[in-house]
Amino acid sequence: MLALSFMRHAFVAGTFIAIVSGLIGVFVVARGLPFLTHTLSEIGFAGASFAVFAGWPALNGMILFTMLSSIVVGQMSIKRSRREAVISAVSALFLGLGILFLSLSSETASSATSILFGSVVGISIHEVWELVVLSAIVLIVTMLIYRPLKFDSFDDIGARVTGIPSTAISVVFLLLLALSVSVAAQIVGALLMFILLTLPAASAKYFTHGVAKMIVLSILFSLVGTWLGLYLGYLTNWPVSFFIALIEAVIYASALLYQKYYVE
Amino acid sequence: MDAKTIPPSRTNSRREILIIAILTVDSLTTGYGDQPIVKDLTFDVNEGDFLVVIGDNGVGKTTLIRSLLGLLPIMSGTINYADDLRIGYVPQFRNIDDEYPLSIRDFVALNLPQRPFPWITKKEHRAIERMLRLTNLTTIADRPLGLASGGEKQRAYLAQALLRNPQLLILDESTASLDNDMKYELLNVVARFQQSGLSVIFVTHDWELATEYGNRFLRLTPNGASSGPINELPKPTVEGAK
Repeated sequence: MLALSFMRHAFVAGTFIAIVSGLIGVFVVARGLPFLTHTLSEIGFAGASFAVFAGWPALNGMILFTMLSSIVVGQMSIKRSRREAVISAVSALFLGLGILFLSLSSETASSATSILFGSVVGISIHEVWELVVLSAIVLIVTMLIYRPLKFDSFDDIGARVTGIPSTAISVVFLLLLALSVSVAAQIVGALLMFILLTLPAASAKYFTHGVAKMIVLSILFSLVGTWLGLYLGYLTNWPVSFFIALIEAVIYASALLYQKYYVE
Repeated sequence: MDAKTIPPSRTNSRREILIIAILTVDSLTTGYGDQPIVKDLTFDVNEGDFLVVIGDNGVGKTTLIRSLLGLLPIMSGTINYADDLRIGYVPQFRNIDDEYPLSIRDFVALNLPQRPFPWITKKEHRAIERMLRLTNLTTIADRPLGLASGGEKQRAYLAQALLRNPQLLILDESTASLDNDMKYELLNVVARFQQSGLSVIFVTHDWELATEYGNRFLRLTPNGASSGPINELPKPTVEGAK
């Protein structure tokens, strides 16, 4: 399997995607942002189809759209009471835009499918490097702001009264999330990438009670899903994103059962 | 620090003449929007004080605290802090539900100094363990905070607020939801820190706790404020003042 260069590329890219998603996911879950993450995936789809329309690489379109919109959506949905409505409206608008750009572009339907559901074939070495650099940026920035980010994510009231700049932390985190969404969408696709950014972390919190341990476990769940998904996809020729979604859902269900029968 | 001599009549301390004020509030008016809730309030907090802020709901206790912390802009008057005053604050409400994932130890550790690296140094580990010990949390430090009792949660909030060695601790109704034993356990811990020099502002409606632990009071009423040594705090006569 690894004799094929595209599978090697997919494994390297998948590994970085899993590490970034596992790490960022812990904060997505702690900050209650899975729904926003889902919306960013739809915005990423619009960005990618805009890129196809404009003749850019899909990744650039995704990064542009997700970074711009994450700040706007983040600011608009600060009030919890209107967060869901704002996110639904933005998500509907961007799905519509995505469809418009696709229909305006001359590309075939297969490019739409690969944006929406990901594709492991045809990840070039150049794209792998792009992913590695973007992942490194996310990892380094997260390490630098780790302490205030952790405080603000796991105890926002305590963080605010201690003088942590909550708004600044929130903006930086949304930008990191937008980058992670764009990175993760390369393999699992725009529509399914929120799986890697939410389920591994949501599962990890049932098994451990420390942030560092949660991150390690979340990255592990994310790696297992990605590697096994790539392998099963290679064996069966079924979509990799299907296997990743299935594996992560099974891990999450097991975490819930573990919580129910062993902890309570 | 702002050292000044206070006439003996303004303090209940018999031995100290030289008193160091760490917080001086002068003619403070504060509230929300253009609606003042606390009007023309003057008081100070001295080193080692246990100042009880007492009053019914709605008289502006939390408004005052938010202004002291800089979370709410003041309308007029001044608040002077001693140089480099570190304040620890235990807010009245925290969104910690049953599914809250962090252990008590990890929750306390959130308030480590905000340095640009993720790992915890040996010195920081020692500070966390010391604080857990001083707040009687060592034996349950690995339990998820979400599953802790009300009293254990309040002690965890206290430990987090004290982790960076503040000189002033503000407790906002921290005992309100606790049963009697837990109230005393929490305040005994606070009193031990106060004996080693910590100043405390304790917001409460509880007259008995106020007189047992406080040395001075600041009483807020809809008609204005009064203050003095704790033995002059009037006993509540109406229901609800307790």
